[in-house]
Amino acid sequence: MPEGVGMSDQNSSPGRDRLLHALRRPGRGQVAAGVLLAVVGFAGVVQVQSTEQNDDYEGLREEDLVQLLNSLSAASQRAENEITQLEQTRSSLRNDTDSRQAALEQAQQQADVLGILAGTLPAVGPGIEVTVKDPGGKVGIDQMLNGIEELRDSGAEAIEINDAARVVAQTALEDGDTGIVVDGKPLAPPYTLEVIGEPKTLTEALNFTGGFVADVEGPLVGGEVTIEQKEELEVATLSDAAQPEYADPLDTE
Amino acid sequence: MIAGLGLLVGIVLGLLLRPEVPLWLEPYLPIAVVAALDAVFGALRAFLDGIFDDKVFVVSFVSNVLIAALIVYLGDKLGVGGQLSTGVIVVLGIRIFSNVAAIRRHIFHA
Repeated sequence: MPEGVGMSDQNSSPGRDRLLHALRRPGRGQVAAGVLLAVVGFAGVVQVQSTEQNDDYEGLREEDLVQLLNSLSAASQRAENEITQLEQTRSSLRNDTDSRQAALEQAQQQADVLGILAGTLPAVGPGIEVTVKDPGGKVGIDQMLNGIEELRDSGAEAIEINDAARVVAQTALEDGDTGIVVDGKPLAPPYTLEVIGEPKTLTEALNFTGGFVADVEGPLVGGEVTIEQKEELEVATLSDAAQPEYADPLDTE
Repeated sequence: MIAGLGLLVGIVLGLLLRPEVPLWLEPYLPIAVVAALDAVFGALRAFLDGIFDDKVFVVSFVSNVLIAALIVYLGDKLGVGGQLSTGVIVVLGIRIFSNVAAIRRHIFHA
């Protein structure tokens, strides 16, 4: 090893002289040095290049790579957790929307049912059309009320008279000068009742002995009733939904 | 002269060939290069001292490189590869500095 020897700090010139001499007149001993220096230069340049072109992970030690891998898998774990959380949020939001939708649909259904019952919605469906002719002018509210009651009794869901009056819970019938008066609307015979319900049941409800048809067509009144069963008829007249003034819903909880 | 030419040839060869460093050599090459540099500077100093011997240079060069690689290899096997190669670099760096200081004194008398 050459390093241990360099204590000779003699008069300066010989070292420099030797260097100049070697540069001018190279000897045999320099061949080995040249070869080794070539090796050093080659290896150094190769190493520099491989450091510069380095993809980040090439040449890292095993433990460094393991650490890197750990941190990466921790990061991906975090990302996965986040994904799960977001998915949960999404599904809960979706459930929310679904249940809201269901509630909305239910409310809409109920509104439809109530609207048909209260006469605020036009209705369509199978039913019967009852025409009452009254040549003698003797068909009054007695007969009509009976008829309507019979129809309700057999499941009539929507009733309309003469395309002008909807019969609902609040409907009042009176006798008028030229016919019956329904909710203040005077109607003239012949009366046409359009009733939505099960056609057969409704027909039977009017036809039984001593019922509506017998009553109207009897000798006392002298009217004429025709009943037509229809697959589909429309009850388009609406009644104004009366806002209850005195009645409040009772809390039933 | 020949030594300088050799260094130049090595650098040019490395630039031209651009060889891939094989994987098994990758941890050892940087340490080996630093060890070789240490040997080169030691040789230059010995030359300026007038005690240069090409046989000694060859032997010290090869043994420096081998020992550096061996230490790194051992360190890797023992699980302290990173620390040990840092240690080797530090020691070689100190020696290079002291050698360069001696060379400087020879050439510039300072």
